[in-house]
Amino acid sequence: MAQALVLGRRTSGPGVLPGFGLSIGFTLVYLSLIVLIPLGALALKAAGLGVDGLLKIAFDARVLAALKISFGVAFAAALINAIFGVLVAWVLVRYEFPGRALVDAAVDLPFALPTAVAGIALAALYAGNGWVGALLEPHGIKVAYTPLGIMVALVFVGLPFVVRTVQPLMQELDREIEEASATLGASRLQTVVRVLLPPLLPAVLTGFALAFARGVGEYGSVIFIAGNMPYVSEIAPLLIVIKLEEFDYRGATGIALIMLLVSFAMLLVINLIQAWSRKRYGHV
Amino acid sequence: MSAASSNLDTASAGLSAAYRDPRQGRGTGRTRLWRRVVDWALIGAAFAVVAGVAVQARAQSTTLLNVSYDPTRELYKDVNAAFAAEWKGKTGETLTIRASHGGSGKQARSVIDGLDADVVTLALSADIDAIAREAKLLPAEWQKRLPNNSAPYASTIVFLVRKGNPKAIKDWDDLVKPGIGVITPNPKTSGGARWNYLAAWAYAQQKYGDEAKVRDYITALFKNVPVLDTGARGATTSFAQRNLGDVLLAWENEAFLVFDEFGADKFEIVVPSISILAEPPVAVVDANVDRKGTRKAAEAYLQFLYSDKGQQIAAKHHYRPSRPEVVAKELVDAFPKLKLVTIDRDFGGWAKAQPEHFGDGGTFDQLYKPKS
Repeated sequence: MAQALVLGRRTSGPGVLPGFGLSIGFTLVYLSLIVLIPLGALALKAAGLGVDGLLKIAFDARVLAALKISFGVAFAAALINAIFGVLVAWVLVRYEFPGRALVDAAVDLPFALPTAVAGIALAALYAGNGWVGALLEPHGIKVAYTPLGIMVALVFVGLPFVVRTVQPLMQELDREIEEASATLGASRLQTVVRVLLPPLLPAVLTGFALAFARGVGEYGSVIFIAGNMPYVSEIAPLLIVIKLEEFDYRGATGIALIMLLVSFAMLLVINLIQAWSRKRYGHV
Repeated sequence: MSAASSNLDTASAGLSAAYRDPRQGRGTGRTRLWRRVVDWALIGAAFAVVAGVAVQARAQSTTLLNVSYDPTRELYKDVNAAFAAEWKGKTGETLTIRASHGGSGKQARSVIDGLDADVVTLALSADIDAIAREAKLLPAEWQKRLPNNSAPYASTIVFLVRKGNPKAIKDWDDLVKPGIGVITPNPKTSGGARWNYLAAWAYAQQKYGDEAKVRDYITALFKNVPVLDTGARGATTSFAQRNLGDVLLAWENEAFLVFDEFGADKFEIVVPSISILAEPPVAVVDANVDRKGTRKAAEAYLQFLYSDKGQQIAAKHHYRPSRPEVVAKELVDAFPKLKLVTIDRDFGGWAKAQPEHFGDGGTFDQLYKPKS
């Protein structure tokens, strides 16, 4: 909750409290140690490939296929989470029902569960002889061991991101706004689309971006349900593992770097949309 | 304690109020202070535990780390207990042997990247070669140091089929028939799968001789593979628990294990006419044992695998002993007799076979290349 509030309120100066020097120093050191130096090392290792080598990897048919699957499925899964996550958050914020605290806590489970456990559980459930798979397969819907299976896994691991980013904002939406909109003659659809959703949009986008980023890099939960067939259901992180298996550290970092660049570009676009929507609609 | 109690707080707040103030549930100044004290106490306790464990680990006499591959879990559980007991009797020293299991290639990489293995017991000599080559932790000719190419036990690749063999699978030929689901892990990520692949290759080579036809056979075989698991255990799970496919290409010991695990009434082992002699090698990691001062124990540990007792344990876990003469006859007789090709004689050793078949762009990669 507090996090979202801080994110929303853009302060430009250090403010009245002392200690800016210390805290910015800590921030930079911490960020360097945890994020920047490892990523820098990655880029450095991949730099040995040169631009040519990197392009060769990027346009290798198998790598392209894997990237397409990783990014495409992660995008679709994040989209599904964006829609249904908002729904889940709405129910949790606006309705009172027995066991709500339990449902609320269950949303976080995908965060806590080791991803491999999730993958094995999902595979067991959606395989031809699993509870869900046994219902779907007679109708010709194969989930486990197809790209659809990857999507199920990514929807699972991405769910909490959207719910947890949207929930606090929703909590602050006043019910009076809806009532006002209704008294002014808006239809229910209009109220939802023009009154409720716009202020939530930046948070939804944040949740979407987080779920998407998580999905792109996800390995543990996917590997058990994907089937891992080259060109069909092989994800890019698996290709990295395969490269490592060949002791081709450079090739592995090459793919990682390409994924990083694509992710960065996509997250940048999402952030720009977010900034635009914030400017357009303001925020709560 | 404090985490649990604050969870309860938010839970009850959630039940009682439809609209929750975000600041609610944090408590008054006094409880907040108390909670902070508890938090710090917990953090302190955590540090104390970590420090305690570290000190204790140092105080312990000797610890060996055996970095192994997936299907040896059960084998080394027995070996470790037996060896620790023997070592205690001989030297009076309490020996703790830890075992790490995972995909063979991944395990080799962990050792290269600094995992403190005293001994490695992997699925292929190519993986130990990589440790020698990439990290120089042991000499390149490590395989000559122990008898029998440093392989105290061997295994082979057999077929596991469902009870009654409904698809009538008898030999490698049957695996390429339409409608047969073949389960094997991915040779790119699994050492066992590489043995599978080469066994199939050896069969086709014997049958056709002509390389183009061998490739056609292998392509047809992998067309029948619906899922490529990353490791041998994953493939076994797919076949035995998820009910996927009609035949599992498996280590012989893994196939017997499925028998023991899931019951002989569900599966049958089919022995093909020809297969490959899979020799999982073992080696002491010199640089690590010398730094840790564990060389004596580590060497004795590997020697133990060749001892009468070690061989008996291996055979009990369905590994073919390298000294069958010292093992109970009924255990040896349980292993089916079949023609076995070897990696050294028929494929020119791992140094040649590895890049040729499983390297980037090797024969395995070519299988899946879309025809342009």
